[in-house]
Amino acid sequence: MADESLFEFLHLEIVSHIFSQQSGKGEMDNKDRAACISVLEAMGFRVGQGLIERLTRDSPSFKDELDIMKFVCKDFWTRVFRRQVDNLRTNHQGTYVLQDNKFALLTQLSNGKQYLDQAPKYLAFSCGVVRGALSNLGLESVVTAEVSSMPSCKFQVVIQKS
Amino acid sequence: MSRQSNRTTDKKMSSELFTLTYGALVTQLCKDYENDEEVNKQLDKMGYNIGVRLIEDFLARSTIGRCQDFRETADIIAKVAFKMYLGITPSVTNWSPAGDEFSLILENNPLADFVELPDNHNTLIYSNLLSGVLRGALEMVQMAVDVKFVQDTLRGDNVTEIRMKFIKRIEENLPAGEE
Repeated sequence: MADESLFEFLHLEIVSHIFSQQSGKGEMDNKDRAACISVLEAMGFRVGQGLIERLTRDSPSFKDELDIMKFVCKDFWTRVFRRQVDNLRTNHQGTYVLQDNKFALLTQLSNGKQYLDQAPKYLAFSCGVVRGALSNLGLESVVTAEVSSMPSCKFQVVIQKS
Repeated sequence: MSRQSNRTTDKKMSSELFTLTYGALVTQLCKDYENDEEVNKQLDKMGYNIGVRLIEDFLARSTIGRCQDFRETADIIAKVAFKMYLGITPSVTNWSPAGDEFSLILENNPLADFVELPDNHNTLIYSNLLSGVLRGALEMVQMAVDVKFVQDTLRGDNVTEIRMKFIKRIEENLPAGEE
């Protein structure tokens, strides 16, 4: 049992470490920033894989893609981000939008539009977690996040058809 | 009843989230730096940054005031702080005669769940973040303390032991004109 604030502090440190390492090398352009984001995303991916393995150990197998997404929105989200996804939408062609109106990792940052430009770096890890979880459930996907006003956040999941 | 059991699994999950995230961090640092010494240093630094913030969270949530002596500090770290944040209660032993040094013995280290160290990392102090956290947090309550791992189950020892040594009390430098 680890306290949630411990995870939040650790996450902040990880983000600032990955970014300070890059910016230590001089001016940061968009390419460097994208590199940092992808490092964070990859770390999250591994964590998501590990989590879902332990979480689905006792659950029955899933019927279809939608069933998996529902599981992610309810059980997975509750366990990882401590609340359910508020709204799940889909176009029934493999694109899902998960909306969380009080995303756990943003609530301490801002309530409104301040620091909006900083939001992507605090979401990259979580995107990776979701992608990792889906990947171990057999769904290859691309996960992106979008924030228009903190702490509300929309995750877009696009399933890659093989 | 069912609600109760749900709560405990939630807590367990959040611990796994923390443990796995920490693992991902150590993995990343091992990729970024060439030797284990650097990784240890970096983990300690990050821990320190966490510690200086975590102490505020701790003082706000517990109703603990200023400690009278180092023994009381040791008790609170082991019984309140470790319990609150990691859900374990390490035992406090091996006091030095002067009472300025003690050990925390961790039976099981939550940071090191599901971890196995490969042979080529035998100088890596996997949980070194913890020493940084302890050092940073205590510095914010005016105690300079030296913290290090002297035993680690990951490296084949029977227990994990953190040695803490009190160095000095940091003088409060209040700006002139303030109480």
